[in-house]
Amino acid sequence: MEKITVEAVVENLQTVIDFATEKLEARDCPMKTSMQLELVIEEIFVNIANYAYHPETGVATFCMEFEENPSAVSMTFIDGGKPYNPLEKDDPDTTLDVDEREIGGLGIFLVKKNVDEISYEYADGKNILRMKRFF
Amino acid sequence: MEIKKEQNGNALTLKIVGRLDAGSAPELSKELTTSLNNVTDLTFDLAELKYIASAGLRVLLVAQKRMNKQGSMKLINVSEAVMEVLEMTGFASLMTIA
Repeated sequence: MEKITVEAVVENLQTVIDFATEKLEARDCPMKTSMQLELVIEEIFVNIANYAYHPETGVATFCMEFEENPSAVSMTFIDGGKPYNPLEKDDPDTTLDVDEREIGGLGIFLVKKNVDEISYEYADGKNILRMKRFF
Repeated sequence: MEIKKEQNGNALTLKIVGRLDAGSAPELSKELTTSLNNVTDLTFDLAELKYIASAGLRVLLVAQKRMNKQGSMKLINVSEAVMEVLEMTGFASLMTIA
């Protein structure tokens, strides 16, 4: 398992993305999938950075594990912030027109659209979000 | 991200170059709050935008809401990767894409 722990601030987003894309490239993950996973990582990491420890700060850990036949990557985000299950949030209604559309809720929706499996657990004082994507 | 501005009377074209993510979206948001006065025709040229995340979508939605009140807005030269995100979120049918 590959793992990185950083202070959960938006300024560290690129560090986590670079860590992930390097591992995905090494495993011959298709460019398109890699870009979609970059979006997934951004949305989760930014959520943690903006809300988990607010108004204080704390750390986030990102883990990756690869499988073969079929090729897949499991990604886990762990933070010690306020308990928050992003999967409980309702999906935005993508059929509404501009005036009715709300500014928000899009991040986790994009995450769900771009992974094959996703689950949340709160254990030992930590938010644990696990995701899996086949490629 | 880089923003290239081209103003022609009441028409404003903003060319967004690079990535529109959580790090750069506030900059575009700030640009829009100051430069949309008297603009009736807003165009985002996205030819060189290679990545958009929800923070960027939110800025586009705010701009669209504002332009609905004072004129019109369109997106041009949208790349395949960005288009995919616009389609996933229903933004593709919400906005004028030329």
